[in-house]
Amino acid sequence: MNERELLGLADDELIIGWRDSEWTGIAPLLEEDVAFSSIAQNEIGHARALYELLSDDADALAFDRSLDEYRCAPLVELKLLDWAHTIARRWLYEVADEIRISALKESLPLAVKIDREETYHRMHAEMWHERLRNAPQFREAVEELWPYALGLLPAGEQRDALVSRVGLAHVEAVERGTHTDGLPEIWDEMTMVRRSAPAGAQW
Amino acid sequence: MVTAEQVWEKLDEIPDPEIPVISLVDLGVIRSVDVHESHVHVELTPTFLGCPALDAMKRALEDKVRELGAVPEIEVVNDDSWGTDKITAAGREKLRAAGLAPPAPRLLQLQSAVHTCPYCGSTDTALENLFGPTPCRSLRYCNGCSQPFEQFKTI
Repeated sequence: MNERELLGLADDELIIGWRDSEWTGIAPLLEEDVAFSSIAQNEIGHARALYELLSDDADALAFDRSLDEYRCAPLVELKLLDWAHTIARRWLYEVADEIRISALKESLPLAVKIDREETYHRMHAEMWHERLRNAPQFREAVEELWPYALGLLPAGEQRDALVSRVGLAHVEAVERGTHTDGLPEIWDEMTMVRRSAPAGAQW
Repeated sequence: MVTAEQVWEKLDEIPDPEIPVISLVDLGVIRSVDVHESHVHVELTPTFLGCPALDAMKRALEDKVRELGAVPEIEVVNDDSWGTDKITAAGREKLRAAGLAPPAPRLLQLQSAVHTCPYCGSTDTALENLFGPTPCRSLRYCNGCSQPFEQFKTI
C-alpha cells in the first residue's frame, strides 16, 4: 500500500468514526448508543495511528487539509440519519474493511492490532445484519449503498472479494477521489475547533 | 544510576487511569525498559488504539522515571505486542475482585461459557452488549446471581 492509499484508509476511518459518533445520545436503543460511541472511538483511534505513520502531527494531517486533499471514499461521507441505512453502511464497511486490513497484515504490524479491534465491530455488524437482512428497508438500503461500498476497495482482487462476500452483482462504483455534499458538511464541523483556535485550544 | 529492576518497581506504582485497581505493569502495557546511563527508555503499547488514557499514561511514566533521577524517553509502539493475555495473574485477580471479569484467553474468545461472573463465579452468563463504558469492556448479565457485570474484552 503506498502513502496515498494509506491516507485513504486513514481518512475513511476518521470520517466513518465521525459519522458513527453522530448517534451518541440519540441512538434508538441505549445499547446502540454505547456501541456506536465505542466504535466511533476505535475508528478515530485507528485513523490517528495511521496518520502517525504518515506525519509527526496526526491532528494537523486530520484537520488542516483543504477538502480536495481528503482521500476518503464517498460511502463514509454520507449523512445517514435513518437506522436501516446506518446499519447497512456499517455492515458494508466492515465487510470491505476486513478484506483490505487482512491484505495489509503481513506488511504492517499496526494492521494486526486494528484487525483485533475490528473483530468486535464485525460481530456487531453481523448481529444486525442477521436481524435485519430480510427487512425490506434494510435490503433497499444495502442496494442503494452498494455502488458506494465498491468504491472503498481498489478494482480487482479486493473488489471481487467484496462482490462475493456481499452477494450482489458488480455495478459501476462511486469511486474514491470524488466527494459528496457530506464531506464539506462534516469538514466544517470537525475542523471548527482547529480553525477557531489555530494556536491550539485549551480545555 | 538506576537499574531496570528499580524502574519496573517504580512503574508498578502507576494505576491504570481508567481501571485504577490495577497498575500499568499488571496490565502488561509496558513492553520494555532499557537503561542507558541516565536515560530510561520505556516502550508502551496501547490497549486500544483509541484509548484516551494514553497521554495520561505517558505523562505518569515520565513522572515516575524522573522521580528516580533519570531522563525518561517514552515510545508508543502501535503493533500487536499487547493483548489481554499479557495481563498478569495478579492483575486478573485484582480486576475480578473489583467486579470486572478478567478477559478470556485469546483462543477461547468467542465461547460464552468461558465468561465467568466476577461476583458468584457462575459461567451461566449472557452477553448484554459487546460494547461498554470504555472500548476495552463489554456488558454481561449473570443468570446465577442476577447481577449485571462488566467484562474485560479479549484482544
